[in-house]
Amino acid sequence: MSLVDRVRALLGDDAVDVAATHDGVPRVAPASPDAVALLLGTAREEGWHVRIEGAGSWLPTDAPVDLALTTRRLDHVPAIEPQDLAATVEAGIGCDLLRQQLADRGTWLALDPPGLAGRSLGSVVATATAGPLRQGFGPVRDHLLGVTFVTGDGRLVQSGGRVMKNVAGYDLTKLAAGGFGAFGVIVLVHLRLRALPRADQTLVLEGSREELAQVSEDIAAAAVQPAAHELMSPALARRERWLLAVRFAGSAALVSAEETALRAATGGGGRFTPLRADEAHALWMRAAESFATRPVTFRIGGLPDSSDELLDLLQHQVGDEWISASPGVGAIRWGGETTVDRLRRLRRSLAGLEVPLTLERASWPVRAAVGHFGAYREGVGPLVAGLRRTFDPAEAFVVAVEGAE
Amino acid sequence: MTRDGRSLIAALAGIVGARHVRTALPERITYARDGLPTHRRVPGVVVLPGSRDEVIAIVRLLAALGVPFVPRGAGTGLSGGALADADAVLVVLTRLNRILRIDPRNHLAVVEPGVVNVRLSAAAAPDGLLYSPDPSSQTACTIGGNVAENAGGPHCLKYGVTATHVLALEVVLADGQVVELGSLSGEPWGPDLVGLFVGSEGNFGIATRITVRLLPVPRAVRTLLADFAALRTAGEAVSAVIASGIVPAALEMMDQSCIRAVEDSVYAAGYPRDAAAVLLLELDGAQESAVAADAETIAGILHAHGARSVTVAADAKQRERLWQGRKKAFGAMGRLSRDLVVQDAVVPRSALPDVLETIARIAGAYGLTVSNVFHAGDGNLHPNISFDGRVPGLKARVDEASGEIMAACIAAGGTITGEHGVGLDKLRYMPLLFDGDALAAMRAVRRVFDPEERVNPGKVVPVHACREWVGSVSAERGTRNARADVRSDFRVPTSALET
Repeated sequence: MSLVDRVRALLGDDAVDVAATHDGVPRVAPASPDAVALLLGTAREEGWHVRIEGAGSWLPTDAPVDLALTTRRLDHVPAIEPQDLAATVEAGIGCDLLRQQLADRGTWLALDPPGLAGRSLGSVVATATAGPLRQGFGPVRDHLLGVTFVTGDGRLVQSGGRVMKNVAGYDLTKLAAGGFGAFGVIVLVHLRLRALPRADQTLVLEGSREELAQVSEDIAAAAVQPAAHELMSPALARRERWLLAVRFAGSAALVSAEETALRAATGGGGRFTPLRADEAHALWMRAAESFATRPVTFRIGGLPDSSDELLDLLQHQVGDEWISASPGVGAIRWGGETTVDRLRRLRRSLAGLEVPLTLERASWPVRAAVGHFGAYREGVGPLVAGLRRTFDPAEAFVVAVEGAE
Repeated sequence: MTRDGRSLIAALAGIVGARHVRTALPERITYARDGLPTHRRVPGVVVLPGSRDEVIAIVRLLAALGVPFVPRGAGTGLSGGALADADAVLVVLTRLNRILRIDPRNHLAVVEPGVVNVRLSAAAAPDGLLYSPDPSSQTACTIGGNVAENAGGPHCLKYGVTATHVLALEVVLADGQVVELGSLSGEPWGPDLVGLFVGSEGNFGIATRITVRLLPVPRAVRTLLADFAALRTAGEAVSAVIASGIVPAALEMMDQSCIRAVEDSVYAAGYPRDAAAVLLLELDGAQESAVAADAETIAGILHAHGARSVTVAADAKQRERLWQGRKKAFGAMGRLSRDLVVQDAVVPRSALPDVLETIARIAGAYGLTVSNVFHAGDGNLHPNISFDGRVPGLKARVDEASGEIMAACIAAGGTITGEHGVGLDKLRYMPLLFDGDALAAMRAVRRVFDPEERVNPGKVVPVHACREWVGSVSAERGTRNARADVRSDFRVPTSALET
């Protein structure tokens, strides 16, 4: 029996879409977490290699495999609980749809990941791609109460729960978040929500990178506490010069006071221009979507006081056309065209500065060569390898975790 | 490899000096409990290393001998998690108490595991910074212990639990290998092994260097005390505050039993003795006007939801007094009875009113005094059972009542521990929360870090409830929470040592 026939027999005709993928790989869309488990259990028995897809809009769907497993039919929202500020969501739902459903219930997921609006939540969690709101609300893991994932041999594993604090057992949620699917297919996510902010104001300032870096330092020194504080390259911001965008979100009193403090910290008057709500939405959305249009995207995690040095290094080694930097937390996202050699050289340079580089998206040849994480520090490689063998003993998942270096 | 306990003790003394190895029974009994009075284990040997190099040497020695060991901080834990059996070595880390670096520009600090929690904030204060996790035991507990348990505290409602604040770790694994996890920025080098390590209750190794995030000391603070005539009303007010979109730094609740215990003690804070419950709320931030406005809004919400009165602390002194009552409440409960079990569970916030009533019913059914003082904003309950362990049969009743309380919290969609950990005390509840696959996955992960399961053996995962797991190492079925077989022939000659 062919792979396609076997899968159809397992999950039904409508679960398989043979024609949809560009590389002719059958795409399978299980309709439930149990169906995912059934499929992966069979994959293990048959020795099939599998790639995990969400909406297919972030990581290129080009890993060489026997079948593509898409979570797009796992798009239900079993629970939104405004009174508890928590939600339980299937991983295949698009972020745009989720955002709307949450807003209808007066709640908000304070994540603004890069990528197209319809990117799946599972993709955001699996790759731990936070956006500018990481400044005020933390990385992806801080928004997760728990996850359920399916291992490479078809086991459903639940981790965490749906309450605000939970230390029962080891925190496998942390392993799933940012694991790039190496440990399992995330099928269900329990989210920590916030009440929709009563006020949400973005202000922008154009200038040279050096000028804006100084302004950023002034903001930090004045203990202004923005929700987002992002330095964008001209191409990303679609402006003539670099753009510093500062966003405040919360109660009206908080936003007003923070805006006043921002102006006081940065020379007062009208240096910053407030954006209307539609302008602010367009700015942040465009910036997020731009990274999905570049062939390569990576993030680096530096310290706030090294942001300028790291931007110089990027400019020197890979260019600085598409950059979004959070000077307050030291995180930088880069997008553009580059080569395997340049990425490897950059990663080595950064490693010398104790700064990790995580490859977020690239074509399979680049991912396979460079890896999402590259080489680990001494002693960590065997731990990660052990964890991968634990959750994917037959190496069903084709994920370029380390690369070929 | 030595087969003789005495040789082991001599080898340990060779590493740390004889005065830092405790072998006499009275000394070892000192370490037989943590903050929970219902579990007691006398360790075979206690060793107190004074440096990371000594920790590494000890762990390598124990690995070579196949001897189980248990890392321990100040012993303030509340789950029996840092207790060692007679055939294990207790590695006490309180001498590793140096703050190695404070980096005010990048808001981080590097500390050894034995640094007492509150000391770090005191050291960072001149730079206008603080370490946010603030468990009630913060004047005694260590940051290493906080990492092991993923400790919380009142202010984690707004700022997050320990995991939110740990950026990087240096860890000595069970075999003595040293690994660096995480980075100074918090961006992982690979999968998030720091996140996985925090809260692993010592099962994955010993953290010898801990890099944490520091936060600016808030420039503006408002502390409010609201009192209620009914516990249910107070619980409902909690949901109303959370729904407002204003996130308090802390939102704590105390019931009447707790209020009276505090007011009868030296920690009297001026709580109204006739209140069925009080809420203690704190709002903070960088901007005075915003905090003042938010405090006014919250006061309005509290009044609208049944508060008899809302008092705002007039100054820092009154604020400190209000907080002292809350933080010392566990101590004040010592007035109620000889023994106290501090329970820990979490429920959805909206379930608080119902669960509190259920707990009261359970207490009544068992004839026990249960006082509630807890992190209401997180739904993190601490039902505290006062009892006299000398009364025959009472301990068993406490145990049964605890079980019913846990079951009620799980039934409400909650969990069995929010910040105290599983340890020994909550092993029995883990199968109520996780199925065999999830438990087996946890055990398999543990065995990646510690294949022989020698580090803090017998804690966290009930082995008997694990399904078979095929992975890097197979997990065998057990019929009790036995440890994996280890190679040790080590037996401390206890009777000889006591002479």
